Amino acid sequence: MTLPEFFGCTFIAFGPPFALFVFTIANDPVRIIILIAAAFFWLLSLLISSLWYALIPLKEFLAFGVVFSVCFQEGFRYIIYRILRSTEQGLHAVAEDTRVTDNKHILAYVSGLGFGIISGMFALVNVLADMSGPGTMGLKGGTELFFVTSAAQALSIILLHTFWSVIFFNAFDTNNYIHIGYVVGSHLFVSLITLLNANELYTTTLLINYLVTILTGVLAFRLAGGTSRSFRKFITCQ
Amino acid sequence: MAAVNLQASCSSGLASEDDANVGSQIGEAERLERPPRRQQPRNNYGSSNQDQPDAAILAVPNVVMREPGGPRSSRLPGGGGGSAEMEEEQGLKYGAQHVIKLFVPVSLCMLVVVATINSISFYNSTDVYLLYTPFHEQSPEPSVKFWSALANSLILMSVVVVMTFLLIVLYKKRCYRIIHGWLILSSFMLLFIFTYLYLEELLRAYNIPMDYPTALLIMWNFGVVGMMSIHWQGPLRLQQGYLIFVAALMALVFIKYLPEWTAWAVLAAISIWDLIAVLSPRGPLRILVETAQERNEQIFPALIYSSTVVYALVNTVTPQQSQATASSSPSSSNSTTTTRATQNSLASPEAAATSGSRTGNSHPRQNQRDDGSVLATEGMPLVTFKSNLRGNAEAAGFTQEWSANLSERVARRQIEVQSTQSGNAQRSNEYRTVTAPDQNHPDGQEERGIKLGLGDFIFYSVLVGKASSYGDWTTTIACFVAILIGLCLTLLLLAIWRKALPALPISITFGLIFCFATSAVVKPFMEDLSAKQVFI
Repeated sequence: MTLPEFFGCTFIAFGPPFALFVFTIANDPVRIIILIAAAFFWLLSLLISSLWYALIPLKEFLAFGVVFSVCFQEGFRYIIYRILRSTEQGLHAVAEDTRVTDNKHILAYVSGLGFGIISGMFALVNVLADMSGPGTMGLKGGTELFFVTSAAQALSIILLHTFWSVIFFNAFDTNNYIHIGYVVGSHLFVSLITLLNANELYTTTLLINYLVTILTGVLAFRLAGGTSRSFRKFITCQ
Repeated sequence: MAAVNLQASCSSGLASEDDANVGSQIGEAERLERPPRRQQPRNNYGSSNQDQPDAAILAVPNVVMREPGGPRSSRLPGGGGGSAEMEEEQGLKYGAQHVIKLFVPVSLCMLVVVATINSISFYNSTDVYLLYTPFHEQSPEPSVKFWSALANSLILMSVVVVMTFLLIVLYKKRCYRIIHGWLILSSFMLLFIFTYLYLEELLRAYNIPMDYPTALLIMWNFGVVGMMSIHWQGPLRLQQGYLIFVAALMALVFIKYLPEWTAWAVLAAISIWDLIAVLSPRGPLRILVETAQERNEQIFPALIYSSTVVYALVNTVTPQQSQATASSSPSSSNSTTTTRATQNSLASPEAAATSGSRTGNSHPRQNQRDDGSVLATEGMPLVTFKSNLRGNAEAAGFTQEWSANLSERVARRQIEVQSTQSGNAQRSNEYRTVTAPDQNHPDGQEERGIKLGLGDFIFYSVLVGKASSYGDWTTTIACFVAILIGLCLTLLLLAIWRKALPALPISITFGLIFCFATSAVVKPFMEDLSAKQVFI
């Protein structure tokens, strides 16, 4: 069960992001660079929140670290927003494919995916490494669902980060404070809900998180100019 | 040294008025060529409404994808004044494409090293030591370890420095035979002996039995093909593949035979040395680059990874210069590092050659392989013509050159069409990337490939491999991202300053910071989180 489980969980968590990467990012060098830059900024935010977590004497309360980490991540999302907007002129000159700067949602999407992929990787990669290897889950009374739920949770976080960035960038462009509040609030909510995973309340957390993911996805889709009609057109390949 | 100088092949900013002149004329010609554009409504909010080139235009390599009324064309009439800015912008533009062309091989090299470290335990433990590291860090005391690491890295660095100077002296005295002999010997050892060791450990790790005749046959074929493609000629992809493999092998050797703390100290020391050697006015690598430019020749091109075809044509033009290679020998590993680092690209001579070779470039893609002689006949006239042009830079030259380019362009477009027809979008894309800068710099002054010394590959991989040898994947990923970002920044600086830059300092600094910070601070936090399945 180890190796099949490893591949299964890898594909659950990273299959869709990989497809997004291949079909929308990989062809454009500028997008790849922005993706990696976003990943780097996420790393910085994680570094700061871990420092914070390590320095203050509240290690027993994971929730505390989670709340601050979410705040730092959103702070860095704002920083990358500022940086991308201020280098837009330059990007326009550099980009071979000017759609990157003409449609502002692309930058948001790319940097969001960068945030999401690195976040999902950091959350899951060591679990995956353990998965491939000689033991398996559930032998000593632990739940067998640990790996699968982790992978599914990671997928929802990756997608959420992408949607959040689209909403967040657009909100700052249009001064829509409700949307900013929604992004920070739902991020906090989702992260805090996952605290329940420690009690193995997987159905609850997964249901709630995927509900939030779908809602956020719909909101991001509408903000990027999508309508139900265009969605139907897309589905039916017209 | 070890390092590498990454030189963007953008040659120095020799932006003379003539260049600008030619540039603007070409620009006009291109604008004439360009088919009328369509207005397309888009759902962007707030941005200016520019024309978007349609797909057909995008597929044609020659059209500059930029709106006609944009900043560039408005600057063009200004002549010389705008040329510097224009060049910078274009440097950045082609930089973005070439960053990716370096990301891929660097990532591949790291991937080989990390995969090996994690699957073959032989490379994970140090029991035998290099001659140059006499202190083996056996003591449990951190302070003793610290001093022995410092001493080891100083010894290693002084070997590297001595070897660099030796190379410079040899190069200054034009002892090419000795240098080439040295390089061939070291790549021979790496391709045969060290590859054999690698194969042996690989087979042992997976418990695969193999008889000696088979192993010998494999080794012989692998090594001979490698020697040929590195030192003589061969398909570009093959050469690149061998260079990556050789760099990965060398990185594994460092990881295996350096004591733990020494490896980190060496990484730090070598990036400082790289900085000094490339940037200080009398730095050895800088002297080497300048000498090569003075002599109008290529310094051991195969010692550096280059993203475009250079060597094939150069080979036919000046056979002896282009031989060289990469790699390092096990026994004299340090010394080779030196040489490796020293590699620099040379700007102008190769520039002329490459623009010529671009014709050659397209052919192998279509026909799989072309003769050197074919390349030569096609490439030669262009090369000589271009150097003439640069010599007396007269306006009349432009039309000639332009028409020369025109046939080239037509050919290219045909190829382009064929490749798109065959459904190979990726290829056409790549193709455009390679050629697009050509039209922007009609003067042929710039070599459009980008080069990174093999030493960079080696030390990046050493860093990532060392990080992964602690068994924590988040540290590995953090190092990887940090190195790529450092490389990006270096390339950005390269596009701005337009001179050879050391590629190690920024990347290695980022890599070291992230490696230690991640394993010390982030790892406990992330472990807490993933054990409790909390996602942030």
